[in-house]
Formats: sequence, C-alpha cells, structure tokens
Amino acid sequence: MKPKVAFFDFTSCEGCQLQQLNCEDELLGILAAVEVVNFREATSVRRDDYDIAFIEGSISTPSCVERIRKIRENAKVLVTLGACASTGGLNMLKNFQPLDKVRTYVYGDKAGYFDTLPVRPVDQVVKVDYKVHGCPMDKQDYLETVKALLSGREPRQVKYPVCVECKMKENACRYDYGETCLGPVTRAGCGARCPSNNYICFGCRGLVDSPKTDAANDVLKERGLSAQDVLKKYRLFYGYSEVAE
Amino acid sequence: MTTEKTFDINVHHVTRVEGHGNIVVNVKNGKLEKCELAIVEAPRFFEAFLRGRSWKEAALITSRICGICSPGHQLTSLKATEDAMGIKVSEQTLLLRKLMVAGSFLQSHVLHVYFLVSPDLVGQPSVIPLASSMPDVVKRALKLKKLSNDICDVVGGRAVHPITMIPGGFTKIPAADDLKKLRDRIVEAIPDIIATVELVAALAGKLPNFTRETEYISLGGGNGEFPLYDGQICSSDAGLTPDKNYRKMTNERVVRHSSSKHTAVNRSSYMVGALARCNNNAGKFNATGKKAAAALGYTAPCFNPYFNNVCQVIECGQIVEDALGWIDKLLATGLKEEPVSVKPRAGTGVGCTEVPRGILYHEYTYDDNGMVVDANCIIPTGQNLANIDEDMKKLVPEMIDAGKSKDDITFALEMLVRAYDPCISCSVHLLDVQFVE
Repeated sequence: MKPKVAFFDFTSCEGCQLQQLNCEDELLGILAAVEVVNFREATSVRRDDYDIAFIEGSISTPSCVERIRKIRENAKVLVTLGACASTGGLNMLKNFQPLDKVRTYVYGDKAGYFDTLPVRPVDQVVKVDYKVHGCPMDKQDYLETVKALLSGREPRQVKYPVCVECKMKENACRYDYGETCLGPVTRAGCGARCPSNNYICFGCRGLVDSPKTDAANDVLKERGLSAQDVLKKYRLFYGYSEVAE
Repeated sequence: MTTEKTFDINVHHVTRVEGHGNIVVNVKNGKLEKCELAIVEAPRFFEAFLRGRSWKEAALITSRICGICSPGHQLTSLKATEDAMGIKVSEQTLLLRKLMVAGSFLQSHVLHVYFLVSPDLVGQPSVIPLASSMPDVVKRALKLKKLSNDICDVVGGRAVHPITMIPGGFTKIPAADDLKKLRDRIVEAIPDIIATVELVAALAGKLPNFTRETEYISLGGGNGEFPLYDGQICSSDAGLTPDKNYRKMTNERVVRHSSSKHTAVNRSSYMVGALARCNNNAGKFNATGKKAAAALGYTAPCFNPYFNNVCQVIECGQIVEDALGWIDKLLATGLKEEPVSVKPRAGTGVGCTEVPRGILYHEYTYDDNGMVVDANCIIPTGQNLANIDEDMKKLVPEMIDAGKSKDDITFALEMLVRAYDPCISCSVHLLDVQFVE
C-alpha cells in the first residue's frame, strides 16, 4: 500500500509548496511512490484518510487553530515545511507591534472585519514529528525527509551552524566585508546558499541546537560589535525564540 | 433545462489556485441574489511589519509576500527603493533583471497552464493522473519549468526568494559560461513552447464562450519592447499615466467579504494580467509572440476573461525570444562585477512592474537612516477581485437563462476564478490607510 499523503497551507507565501513542485527531476518518482489525497493548490481531490500530513505556514487566526488540530487528529505523522511552519518565520514580525495598531494600519476602521491572533509556529499548537527548515525550505533537505519517511528511517538532521558549510565552500567571511551575518548561530543544511551568493545569512533556518553563543559573541567583539547590533536582524526569522526567551 | 430555480453554490477553498478563496452564489426563483469570491486567506500585515526595517531588507521581506511571485516582488521593491534614494542602475543590471522577469514569468505561466488549468480542459481533478495518461505532456511541462527555474537560479541565486538582487545591482554576477548554457537550453526549448501553443490551441475550444468588456490596465509605452519591467501605467480606457499616479489608478478599498482590498478606476472594476497586457500591447509582439497569437486565435482586444490563459501561452513565446536577445546583449558586452555602494537617504519612491498575474506597485517612504516609515503594496490579484465578481454577476444569469445546471455553473465559476490565476496569499496584505498613532 502506498502511503497516503496530504499537503496543507496556513499563513505563508506558499513558496515551500512551490519548492516541492520545483523538484522537477524527482517529482514523478515521488508521485509514483505515494497517493496524494489532499493538496488544495494542485488537485480537486480532498480526503481526510492521510498517513502523512505536510504543513506549510504559521498559525495566525482562530480558524487556523481549529484546522491544524483536526489535521493532527487525522495524521499519523505530521511534518512542517519551511520557516513559517517550523519556527514562525517572518510572520512573527507582526508580534512585535501591538496587534490593534497592525490591524488599523492595514485595514483602517474596517480592522474588525478580519480575525487575527499573535503568530505561532505549528509546534506551539500541536505536536510536530519532523521539521524541514528554511525560507524557502531547501529542496535537498525536503527530499531527504521524504525519502527517509518513505523508507521508514529517521531523516538526517544537521546539528552544526551555517559557518561550517560556508567554510567548506571556502567563502570569504561576510564579517570581513563589514557586514553582520547570522551564520555562526543558524542551523546549517542549506549549503550556505546566501553567503555563497555574497549575501549574509539572515537566519531563515532558525537557531542551531545548542548554539555556541560565546563563540558568536567573540566574532562580534573582534569587530567591535555587540549582540544588540544583530538582534534586530535575528528578529526577521528568530521571532519565536526571542519571545520564548 | 435546469430543474432548480432556487439554489446556493458554496465552493469552500477553491482548489488549484494559490491561496484561500470561497465562491458564494445564491439564486432564488431563478434570480441571482448574491455572487462573490470571498477571500478568506489569513491577513498577513506586511506593510505594518515593514515599518522600522532597513532599506536593505525591504526586498527580502516583501519577497515573502508570495513564493511564486517572489522575483517580481523583489524587483518592484528594488525599483521603489531606488526611486526613493535616487539610485541609478547599470545597463547590465537592467538586462539581468529582465532575464529574471523572463524566468519567473515562464515558470509561473507553465505551472499555471499545465498544472492548474489543463486538468479542467481534459476532465481530470489534477495533473497527477496525467503523469501516466499523457506522460510526454507532463515531462514537457517539467522540462520547461526546470529551465525557467534554472534561469532564476543562475541570475538570482535561487528561484523562490532570490538572493543576489539588491538595491543598485547584484551581489553576484552570473558566469558567461552559465549564461551560454542557458542560451542553448532556451533554443532547445523553443519546440516545447511551440508544442505548448499547439496543445492549448487544441483545447481552447473548450474555454467558455463568455465576454464582458472591462477596463484593462497594464504597463505600456516604453521603447517598443513588450513592457514587463519598464514603462508607464496604461489603461485601455484612459491611455498612459506615470507610475507616480498609481493610487489614482487603483483606488483601494476594504470590502466585507475579502481580506484582500478591492480596486476600481474608470468603471466598477478593471482587469490586470496576461489578457490586459496583450490587449494593451499586442502591437509590440515579437515574431514568436505573433506566431503564437495567430495559432491560438487571439486578436486584440479580446473581452473573454477565460482567454487570460491563452495570453499566458502567447507570453511564453514572447518571453523566450526576448530572453535570447537579452542574453546575447549581455554576452556581447561581456559580464563584469559591478560593486554597489549606496548611501541611504530620506525620500519616497514608487516601483511598478508587471508580474505574471498583472501590474504590481510598491511604494516606500524612508527616513534619513534608510528605515521604512511607510509602505504600500498593491497586488495584481487584489486588483482583479472586483472584476471577477463582476464577471460572475454576468455569467451566472446568462447560464441560468441558457438552462445550465448548478453543477455546470459551479464548474464554469471555478474555471473563471482559475483563469485569472489568482494569487491570494499575495493579495492579502494591504493598506492605503494612514496610520494614526
């Protein structure tokens, strides 16, 4: 029996669903190995008898909360795809402004028309079994998780920061260009894609497990910077960890 | 003959569109009482959280409004920031950006036509069954999609949320060899584009024969090139207007049934997207665009909204030929690193480009330190929503009069919504309202 899979989207840009479709070389192979029973963006078929639920997006309205709880009840395995679902992502920026002001700024005196809640990553509402990180999620990372799930093994999880991958690519350090980069404390697995394109790491994969903050502080100190100088940058994608602390 | 005189249609979360929308129709005693596309996407609040962020981050943040339109959001954002700070970009940057536009249009159009629209025309719920029943067609779609993503990868470092595009230029310039390889692959893909034209031409007869003239708004003017990145705002009713006047050309308003705002200019609604672009700029088709238009039976102006999909295919041909020209220019001049140095300053700027679903506007006001004070983004899908409602209001009574069943009407309405290629997560973000402290 092929495993039945379903895809659901919450508050997000749907870029991670697009990343799945962008696995052009593997897509037909994956489709042959599973039965897609629910994927609103791609098919009119909608069933609730799925084994694996892939979730994109953060939880930001009362109806999101209700929907994700139902999905959790139905699914044997629940996997979050990308930063919005896994860590709250950029949507978290909303939480740093008073909610009523945010609503008035965008919808004026009609703000009351549309429900909204402080943004949360999925694991703050229901249990999450596996997370694929990144904004957007990395294709290789996603394929590794899918392959692992289909063959009944644990997905490989990277436990070191982006700096490690960046050094292996022999990139020049962004700090040497007078920039502030979040590579020292951000979970790797992206192949240091941004620094390899001469851009800073802005932390879209979230904090690495047990980050070496001392070492990161040393890097900052050497450049005459403090944690405060990078904190605002962290907020782009680390919003939830900041609130939690 | 329809047996029902009184019925409701409620399509909850229309499938094969980007984002969450519901179709709501109430018919009582053969009379249409209510007909609308309700937008139930969770509000995003991008403009609110842009405030206080740096000029360097504006494109990175607005890119996340929408994955599929991310290159377009970035380009529009960069143009707005550059306008606000008086930054001029080089010819090389301009050509590379246009190449990025080409990649992202081709990606989006191929995805929409093959994956989201064609299942309706061959009576399938999705593209998945087609993988076994029409494998060559699906493989061709994937090949074209991969090519368009690779264009964006080479130029932007990544197709979804590109990395290299910054205010003033690029962090990294593609290698000439990589561009040459892309060129060869685009040339190889031309037969695939022709096959796409033939496929859609064969299916175009299945598109509903429905017309409703409306106002068509897109980029226009420019230097004779089919305008996707540069130009003025062009209305089929009112002609050309500079992009600074975009607020007059949109008039956003909040409506109860949609977390995305509605717009109108000279009529109760207007249309943006491939059909609007082709209607306003058919005179600028290149040879490939002209050939595709002829094969698909398109002549401007066309008032059938379902033909938006046909126009997307014409644009695929148009873009492929233009992209080859841009690569040739880049290779002839030789690619060079161009260090970008920008000193942020206070100011207000507007950026306007075409993205696959229509004309997109960003406007930012920056303070002396280059921090965002005010932001406004007006998204194509938001601009189309009022027009979709108007189309539905004409289509449903016509179908009731013709004795069509509720199922036929539902199907035609879902196809209509899909024809617009709505990008709902994009459209839900909004503003136009002054912030009151």
